[in-house]
Amino acid sequence: MTRSIIKIRTTPDDHRVARLAALAIGLHLAEAVFPSPLPGVKPGIANIVTLYVLYRFDMATAVWVSLLRVLAGSLLLGNFLSPTFVLSLSGSLASLAVLALARHLPQRWFGPVSLSVLAAFAHMAGQLMVVRLWLIPHAGVAYLIPVFAAAALFFGAINGMIAARLLNAPGEHA
Amino acid sequence: MNMYRWKSFPRLLPGDWLVLVLGLSLVGASFAMLWQPGHAAKLRVRDQHGVVATYSLGQDRIIEVRGPLGSSQVQIRQGQVRFSHSPCRNQYCVHQGWLSRAGQVAICLPNQVSIELLGGERAYDSLNY
Repeated sequence: MTRSIIKIRTTPDDHRVARLAALAIGLHLAEAVFPSPLPGVKPGIANIVTLYVLYRFDMATAVWVSLLRVLAGSLLLGNFLSPTFVLSLSGSLASLAVLALARHLPQRWFGPVSLSVLAAFAHMAGQLMVVRLWLIPHAGVAYLIPVFAAAALFFGAINGMIAARLLNAPGEHA
Repeated sequence: MNMYRWKSFPRLLPGDWLVLVLGLSLVGASFAMLWQPGHAAKLRVRDQHGVVATYSLGQDRIIEVRGPLGSSQVQIRQGQVRFSHSPCRNQYCVHQGWLSRAGQVAICLPNQVSIELLGGERAYDSLNY
């Protein structure tokens, strides 16, 4: 009997995506260990990787890395297809959509910090939309908006600065 | 060693500052708009004889109040309240729509029914200033 070996052909691009996604998943898991004062308020440090990838490579790679991180992160944390996963996915999709638009902003004026803050706001908006429409269909959800918006601004700015630092200062790419 | 790191910390571009300032004003505006004090917690319903009942706004429900013309219907939904149905001719009370702030009042004069929202403390208006 002959043994059949199935070999998936991979390109260097695939390896790069896998490597970067692994980095993002690592950060995602590390963050999940820390307790949060309010459910949903998290620094989102894995988004630094998404931002870095967007600048260093392209939008497609950023989408791959971000969605693989959400998928694999949820499998590892055991919340795949649970509300937590849906929230994570909706936030990522919203922030990727905004990044796809925001990356066309003139780079002379807008650096990684801008993109990070905009993406963080989109992330929060996407999640709150799902919460309002599906998880807690009550107008009282609006009370949470200020807290989440403040967290998005704060962590978005910090993540953006870290990404800018990793990319070795804005202006270089201008 | 650390000094080196801080010195090379990224310089923010003008657009970044713009985004940060806009973001900050958005956060401020959302606090101002959504965390305003004086949000109503209770509903007081009156008819021709006086106070009928006081309801919590936390529970959705429909209340029937008898008046001289017939039955007025008051609806509580998601912390807001309105006249949903009224036997009166001009329907001013129904057209007033949803009330949500403490101190807001809707009155149906023909049917002599009124609803008033009560909060932690009464907001000033032209009546109780």
